Formats: sequence, C-alpha cells, structure tokens
Amino acid sequence: MEHTIPEKHYLNEATGWKSWLMTLDHKRIGILYMIMVMFSFFLGGVFALLLRWELISPDKILMGPEMYNQAFSLHGIIMIFLFIIPSIPAILGNFVMPLMIGAKDVAFPRLNLASWYIYVIGFCFAVYALFTGGIDTGWTFYTPYSSETTTAVIPILTAAFVLGFSSIFTGLNFIVTIHKLRAPGMTWFQLPLFVWAIYATALIQVLATPVLGITLALLMLERVVGIGIFDPAMGGDPVLFQHFFWFYSHPAVYIMILPGMGIISELIATFSHRRIFGYKFIAFSSLGIAFTGFLVWGHHMFVSGQSDFAAVIFSFLTFFVGIPSGIKILNWMATMYKGSISLDTPMLWALSFLILFSIGGFTGIILGTLSIDVHLHDTYFVVSHFHYVMVGGTVMAIFGGLHYWWPKIWGRMYNETLARIAVVLIFVGFNVTFFVQFIMGTQGMPRRYATYLPQFQGMHGFSSIGALIMGVGFLLIAIYLIHAIFKGKPSGPNPWKALTMEWETPSPPRAGNFEGAQRLTHGPYDYDKVVPENALKQYKTL
Amino acid sequence: MSQTTARPAHLQHHFTDVHQQAESAKLGIWIFLLTEVLLFGGLFCFYAIYRSWNPDMFHNAHAFLNVWMGATNTVVLIVSSLTMALAIRSMQLGRRKHTIVFLAGTVLLACVFMVIKYFEYSHKIHLGQLPGKWYFFEGIAGTNPHIFFSAYFLMTGLHGFHVLGGIAVITWLIIKTARGSFSPEYYTPIEMTGLYWHLVDLIWIFLFPLFYLIG
Amino acid sequence: MKDDAAQRHILPLNLYLAVGSGLLVLTVITVAAAQMDFGQMNLLIAMGIAVVKATLVAMFFMHLKYDNRIYMLVFVGSLLFLGVFIIFTMFDTLRRGDIYEEISEPYLKEAVIYRTAETGTASSHAAADSSHTAAEAETETTDH
Repeated sequence: MEHTIPEKHYLNEATGWKSWLMTLDHKRIGILYMIMVMFSFFLGGVFALLLRWELISPDKILMGPEMYNQAFSLHGIIMIFLFIIPSIPAILGNFVMPLMIGAKDVAFPRLNLASWYIYVIGFCFAVYALFTGGIDTGWTFYTPYSSETTTAVIPILTAAFVLGFSSIFTGLNFIVTIHKLRAPGMTWFQLPLFVWAIYATALIQVLATPVLGITLALLMLERVVGIGIFDPAMGGDPVLFQHFFWFYSHPAVYIMILPGMGIISELIATFSHRRIFGYKFIAFSSLGIAFTGFLVWGHHMFVSGQSDFAAVIFSFLTFFVGIPSGIKILNWMATMYKGSISLDTPMLWALSFLILFSIGGFTGIILGTLSIDVHLHDTYFVVSHFHYVMVGGTVMAIFGGLHYWWPKIWGRMYNETLARIAVVLIFVGFNVTFFVQFIMGTQGMPRRYATYLPQFQGMHGFSSIGALIMGVGFLLIAIYLIHAIFKGKPSGPNPWKALTMEWETPSPPRAGNFEGAQRLTHGPYDYDKVVPENALKQYKTL
Repeated sequence: MSQTTARPAHLQHHFTDVHQQAESAKLGIWIFLLTEVLLFGGLFCFYAIYRSWNPDMFHNAHAFLNVWMGATNTVVLIVSSLTMALAIRSMQLGRRKHTIVFLAGTVLLACVFMVIKYFEYSHKIHLGQLPGKWYFFEGIAGTNPHIFFSAYFLMTGLHGFHVLGGIAVITWLIIKTARGSFSPEYYTPIEMTGLYWHLVDLIWIFLFPLFYLIG
Repeated sequence: MKDDAAQRHILPLNLYLAVGSGLLVLTVITVAAAQMDFGQMNLLIAMGIAVVKATLVAMFFMHLKYDNRIYMLVFVGSLLFLGVFIIFTMFDTLRRGDIYEEISEPYLKEAVIYRTAETGTASSHAAADSSHTAAEAETETTDH
C-alpha cells in the first residue's frame, strides 16, 4: 500500500531558522535536542575509539598517560552528562510523550525551550574546558584530587552544573504534563508504559539533581575560595564529597536506564502484537526502581573508607534493586511468550537489550556484594558491568526507540536491510569489546590506566577490534537514518500497527498534534480487543 | 468545558481551560520548591555532619553570632511572609491597591533583612570570622572553627541570594499589578511567588535556631 | 468545570493575623529557651519549635491544609528524601572506626591554616598539634 506525506506538518508549517530557534513546539524541541545530543554521542564515541586505539598495545601509541587521563575523563563526562542523561527523556520523551497522552504540548513550552538553551550553554562550557587544559579527574570529580589538579576543572564543573538545570526543567515539565494534560478519559493505568518510565525518571531528575547542583557548587567554592569542607588538609572530609556526589549519581544511573526500559516495554508489546503481560507490575517497578535507587549510593564507596556499618547496609539494600528490574525482564519475556513476534529492526534492538541488560544487571548484583566488590573494585569488571548496563541497556533502547519512532518523526522509513545489518554489527561489536573486559577485570586489570601488563595484550587487542566494529555500525546507522529523512519511503501514520495514541496522528504530525481534542478509545495494549487498520483512527473491534 | 466560551487572553493554546492551566502552574511551582528543599538539603547535611563531629566547637562558635540581629531578621521575614499572604488574599478579593501595598511592604521587609545581614557580614569579615582558609579570628575554642563559618556563610549566603531573587520577582509583580495584569480570575504569578517566598521564610525558620541559638 | 471560588480558598483575615502572631510568639519562646541550658534537650527544643513554625507556614500561608493533597505529598516527599540523604550519610560519618579505630579520626585533626605557631600568633587552641612540622604544612597548603 502506497503512503504519502501529508501536505502540512510540523516540519513545514513554519520555515526559517528563527522558527526553529524560537519554537515552542515539543516536537521541534525534541529534534533540536536530537541534533545536540547525537553530536555529543559522536564526540564521546570519538574519545572511546581513541582510548581503545591507545590500548591496543601497552606502549604509547597516540597519547601519554596524562593525555589518556584526559581522554577517559572527557569520554565519561560527555557520554554521561551530555549524552545519556538527556538522551531518551529530552529527545524521545519530548517528541513522543505528549503525543502518547493525547496532549497538544508539554505543560510549560517556554521552560522546555529554555532547557534546550541551557543544555547548549552547558555544552559550550564542556567544549571550552576541552580546549583550555582538558580535565583529568574522571567523570566523578573526586576530591581532593579535583581541588588540586591544574586542569580545567572549573569550566567542566560549570558545564555539569548548568546541564543539571536543563535536566531539572525537563523533569519538572514532564511530571506536570503527565499529571495535568492527559487526554480526557485517560487514567493512570491507561498510560503507555513509556510514559510511566518517563514519569519515574522525571521524579528522580527533580529529586536528585539539586543535590548535584549544590555538590558541584561546593566543589567549585572549595577550589576557588578554599572553604575547606572536602579538603583533608583543611579539616574537611573527602569521603563526604563522594556521599554528596553519589546521592545524585547513583539515582542518575536510573535516570539513564529507566526511560530505556520504557521504550523496551513499547517495543516488546508492539512487535509481539500482544497485550503486555503484568502492566501494573511493570508500571510500579519503574517507581520501585526510582525509589530504591535513592537508598544504595554507598555501594560505590565500599573501599573509600566509609564505615563498615554503612557499607553493610548499602550492600544489603543494593540487592533490592534487582527485584523490580527482574520483574520487568520476566514480564517482557512473558509478553513475548506465544506472541506473534515480528523481527523488525526495533524488535532486534529490544532483544539485544534483553540479553545485554540481563548480563549487566546480574554483574551488578555481583558487584553489590560487599566482599566481592573489594576484590573487583576499580577493575575492568566494573567498566564492563556499567557498559553492559549503559550501552547494552540504554543505548540499545535509544536506537530501538529511534528506529521505532523514526517514521513518526519524519514520516519516512529507513532501509530495513541496512538497519538489520547495523543491529548485528553493534551487538557483535559490543560483546567483543566488553565481554573480555569481565575476564580481564577478574584477573586484576585496573581501570583508568594508559598501559597494562603484557599478559593482557591479547584481550585488550580483541576488545579494541570490537570497538572498531561498533564504530562502523554507528556510522552505518547515521548514514541510513539521515538518508531516510530526505529520501525514505513515506511510512504512513502507523507502520507498525501499534495501538498507543501517537500513531493516531499523521506522520509527521501537525504542529498542534491532533485534530481537535483527543479522546481515548482503547487502551495502549488492547491487541486482544482491536486491530488497527492502516487509515487514521480506524480500529476494527475483534 | 470552556471551549464554547471565549478563551481568556492569558490562557495558552495547549490547555483546555484556565483551571487546568492554574493547576499545572501550581504543581510546577511545588516541584520547583521540592528541588529547592533538596538544594538546601545538601547544606543541611553538611551542617549536620560537621556538627555531629565537632559539637563543642559549634557550640563555642555560635556564641559569636548576634542573637538579636538574627531574631530581628526572623521577625522581619515572618512579617514579610504575612504581608505576602495578605497580598494574595487582597487580589483574590479584587482589591488591587491593597495588593500593591502589601507587595511593597514585603519588598521593604526583604530589604531590611538584607541590610541587617549586611551589617552582620561586614562585622564578621572585619573580625576574620570567615570561611575556610580566610579565617583568621582567634579565640574560639575547639577544632577547626572555620568549618562553622563555612557553614554559616554558605547557608545564609545561599538563603540571601534567594531573598534577593525574591525582591526582584516581587518588584516585577508590583509593576504588573499596577498595570492591571492580574485579577481575581488570574493571579497565578502572585500565588506562585508567594509560595516561593514562604519557602524562603521556612528555610530561615530552621537556619535561625541552628546557627544563632544552639550552634 | 469546577467551581473557581472553591479552588481559591479565600481565608479570613483574622486567621492570617492569628498565624502570624503565633509565629512571632514562638520566635520569642525559642529565643528565650535558648538563653537557658537544657543540655541535650537544647537541640530538641529549638528544632521542635522550628518544626511547629514551619508547619504553621506550610499549612496556612502556603495553603497546604486547604489545597489538593498532591502538593502536600510533593512537599513531604522532598523532606523524606532529604531525611534519607542525611541519615544514610550519617550511617557512615558517625560509625567510622567501629572495627578499625584508627580510621575514626581524620589524619590531620587540625587544619593547616592554624599552623602558625612559629610566628608567635598561636591561637588559644592550636597548641595541640606541635608534632607536625612546618615543612609538612607547606606541602599541604591549598594554593593552586
């Protein structure tokens, strides 16, 4: 069946660069975010490749130890603060969430645009730091080193501080939007699970990010003024900085993964063509993860000199995070069981997520065990664990989501063959890169070193080959996705025959999202009750 | 639904009615206040931990703060909170002139607060009761008294910045009210600023005893 | 459409004045109480009064008593998470040295800024740590 692009849509209803830079439309802001965030992903990726390049051999290839320290710090800072934290909420949350709940826009469109500008300012500070001495503290800015090193700590702290505001604004906006702007008739338990996940994420954003703000402000004051609260020479306590930092940064890990889990819930239901199993369990497990995420930050500090009492409590509580995560995984599996699964590209990303995130999650439980962590702390085991969660989890979900909603965003479809090749490249490349790092870690290879003992040569080389495969995969994705924007085949409003509300508008949608007021006619996963037809808003009741 | 009736000028396009818009704004400001509580929370945590480590030093150092200035400032802020609440009430009743008077009173009291703070600060700076490495005062017994003044200046300083912010916003509200932008039907900005101002007062209610009374 | 007047909760003037005077009276009480020494109770009394004052402000000035319960939830929630932050951090800071006593005390008990004993401006309390040499102090200055 041939589809056409509607004559008027949000991309062409207003033209000129000013109509983009001053836009209040959540869809356009989502795209502005996409440009900046994906550029950051590219930058961070370049640093990752440089690191793996250097690690091909224990000898110096590209950079000496100081340069290496800067490269891994920038890789971490860019990937975390500029890419992964804003990624799903700011791009897909912005674009899709209001459509999913039948709203015309987010609650505070101006604040939404402001958050993008603040993000850009933060981005500029980060780039400024990059060109004025770099940063070699790692992304965690641990004191007392961060108050002593001569690199550009202040600009990068300013960047992270400013980006925090952007994150808070997005979170605040989404909470109010989900509370107040749902379509008439849409109750909380008719929300798509992506919206639940975004909601839980937004709660963490507003609760945790202010503490990061004050922490970074204190560190800046420590450095500039010398207030002496984290500096042992001044009677301060450097471990206190770690508490402050991880009170934000551990929940921030869930800011990164929760929206990814939301995307996976959508993908699994859509491509299994089956009512999602255990809707309420998945919805509440998002909130459960958000809450327990605040109680476990000390497991990053088992060897930092915190009290044994605290370490035991934090280790014990850490196991509880496994429960809601496990609930989600099992419910997704149950959804697929006896479903009518189609293996389109987004579903392939979702399946990769399931496998990789499970590995990442289980190794997290291993690391949360106090006695084992003492052995594995600061080794490649930890590096591999969080890459399995962040890349194997969140990045798989982002690209799954982008492939899933790409036809909604641009109205055009990408090349399916190339897309499937890309998934395989990334999946294989990822495992080649990181699985050996588990083994290296257990054998004692410490993280954050530019060199290593000769016995690790083989595994480091293997890992670097994997990174190259991943690099090729991401390049391929960039090519065919950008090509699809201009030359792709028109996709029609609902190419996947999904039942959530964003598919009830034309692709791309109009500036005001829906014609007239949107009403809920069926639940988001009523695959057992209705079948979507290809034309708009036509559903056949079974 | 109010779609059949004319949409008021202040109603934005993506809301169905003014009620929805006002409720959204209110939830938004409450979540903003939540972020403020946690922002100050970091400093309260800092205070609590160092106080628990050096209770004697905190006790000795607090004696060097002027209770009467602190108490005066508490009274000033409480009264300003009251005038803020009355400004909202006046607008609810449509008494625009009263609103302006109460708002102006709030700004005036906030300025008094800052002036008293200025005298306190300059006295401390003069004596060398300063945070961190700038500390050069002698005569407080106990370990590391500069930590107490780090906490004092950070917490009252951050609070002071919030007072200054409040002064700016309330001044803007006075202008808007005088121009007739608000009515008993639409006074959301005043209500939101009021909530913010009460929170600033609320934080001071805790800062006052923690620093001036018990150290 | 809901009734706008019901949403606006116009409270009587006397209520505001009563709450305002209540706050002022409590301020006087807490200042008076601080002039006396109740030992361990000092903190509890001062904080107790502050909590009562804060509750008054939140309930009446901020209208929490009359508004939608969700605002109460947001506000109490923020305090709850703040509590988690402070209490869990104190699990660490108050119990260092449970097993290894040597980590219960900081390496330098007294900050380097008090190490001016040689110049004759020793502060009344700085005498304790004379074992640290001036050279040690130099390496630990915080100038950048």
